[in-house]
Amino acid sequence: MTSRKIAVITSGLSQPSSTRLLADRLADATTRQLEGLGIDADVHIIELRDTAQDVVNNLMTGFPSPKLEKVIETVTGADALIAVTPVFTTSYSGLFKSFIDVLDPQSLTDMPVLIGATGGSERHSLALDYAMRPLFTYLHAVVVPTSVYAASSDWGSAGDAAATALPDRVERAARELAQLAKTSDRSNRVADPFALPAGFSPVGGYGAQ
Amino acid sequence: MNTVASTGMQFGIFTVGDVTTDPTNDITPTEHQRIKNILTIAQKVEEVGMEVFALGEHHNPPFVPSSPTTMLGYIAAKTDRLILSTATTLITTNDPVKIAEDYAMLQHVADGRVDLMMGRGNTGPVYPWFGKDIRDGIPLAIENYALLQRLWREDFVNWEGKYRTPLQGFQSTPRPLDGVAPFVWHGSIRSPEIAEQAAFYGDGFFANNIFWPKEHYMKLISYYRQRFEHYGHGTASEAIVGLGGQAFMAKNSQDAIKQFRPYFDNAPVYGHGPTMEDFTEQTPLTVGSPQQVIDRYASMREYYGDYQRQLFLMDHAGLPLKTVLEQLDILGGEVVPVLRKEFAVNRPANVPDGPTHEALVAKRDRAAQAASSAELAETPVAS
Repeated sequence: MTSRKIAVITSGLSQPSSTRLLADRLADATTRQLEGLGIDADVHIIELRDTAQDVVNNLMTGFPSPKLEKVIETVTGADALIAVTPVFTTSYSGLFKSFIDVLDPQSLTDMPVLIGATGGSERHSLALDYAMRPLFTYLHAVVVPTSVYAASSDWGSAGDAAATALPDRVERAARELAQLAKTSDRSNRVADPFALPAGFSPVGGYGAQ
Repeated sequence: MNTVASTGMQFGIFTVGDVTTDPTNDITPTEHQRIKNILTIAQKVEEVGMEVFALGEHHNPPFVPSSPTTMLGYIAAKTDRLILSTATTLITTNDPVKIAEDYAMLQHVADGRVDLMMGRGNTGPVYPWFGKDIRDGIPLAIENYALLQRLWREDFVNWEGKYRTPLQGFQSTPRPLDGVAPFVWHGSIRSPEIAEQAAFYGDGFFANNIFWPKEHYMKLISYYRQRFEHYGHGTASEAIVGLGGQAFMAKNSQDAIKQFRPYFDNAPVYGHGPTMEDFTEQTPLTVGSPQQVIDRYASMREYYGDYQRQLFLMDHAGLPLKTVLEQLDILGGEVVPVLRKEFAVNRPANVPDGPTHEALVAKRDRAAQAASSAELAETPVAS
């Protein structure tokens, strides 16, 4: 059975957190959807909380600790990414953004991404579309059309005529991600850290005269 | 005066010349005091038996060395054997014509005891201050150095490039001492283009080795060594590698840790970030007894291969002059002599010594002699 590596980052601060809860639901649904396509999901869940200090140190020193480096490699070397953050003050959490800030801006190019967020009320659900989605678009990642927002009330709601229930949204988003993950070959790519830009000459365009 | 045993390795000090408040007493030296202190430190480097003093170039406070050759010229007059170098010279924003002139002049003043290290700098606004665009950092480093090479090697240069006024029949003056350009290192933290450039010219490559874990620099240096061989300058093991480093010592390692911690915690760049314990584990910074520093740095060649130059950063973060001079006494008196012995053990004969002007002149003369005897051999002998 072929397999795909799925990285899951969750930036909830409490333990246990509803952000992690949503991340787990999205990961499980994605695993099921991939199974339906005959693909084994190799899921790596990363609680950014566990490397919070390392992320700040990386911002200060410019290099990751060995522990954070492993996390970065897991994320950037995955076939697809599930990214979930709590909404703090109208946007992704500071820890979430700080982690994104220590990544090489080229390292998520072409990455299929499912974005999710949690919050106390439904009023912040658009944070996914005005904050999370542009962030990953800037990084040239491919964000699936359905993003999943879970307010506290969603955990006890069956949905109604105005909105589908959380499980339905989770399933639809997972289906979209699984389709992209299926054709992703990112985890097999070999990155050459010393690749020189096309046309590079050690003497420059004018040096050889 | 100490005599320098020949082990092929050169040891020395490099400084960024920061004016930083001493966090233990809130005293901030004036620019004048700091400049004088740097000059004193440089002379001390020779006194304790090390070979190299390298000065950074900066154009923004809290750093004072905006005019390296002025300071190095003074040090040249006050020393006899010390090699004067830079860490780094901004090849991006300086006019290569002025670099050619300044350092050829310094070569004459210092009787050849000069080399320099090219770098791009890490302060963004320096580019616009000097009329350049930071996005052109690499192309500037490449083009400017290509011109600098020619200015030192050709008496009259015709030049047209993208980044400076064209030159017609320009002669840079004075000509390099003995017709041999100063040795050049290229410093880079992460750019393969610069490692490639160093390899192309057969120049040295310097990894500052301070901010990042050794694994990162190992990859970059190994890449440079492979490319050095590719361009036909010798085998990978014959490439010219320099490393930075950082240490603080006391006889008792606990005293070193206690004494250095406030400076570490408040240091520019990494202060208020990782703990000193994490940073010493993850980078070559070593805080402890002289023996710990010996052990740490003696192991460097296992990771990078036998190399030519080891520079230490010893005078930053507000450390007072008295402390810095004591550190240099320990470094020169107890650490470097042992490292010299360690590095000499099993050092392959083909590994070059640290570069000197005399060696470059001798190399040039050998090449000229070989060329002329080859010519003689080709001349038919009348029978």
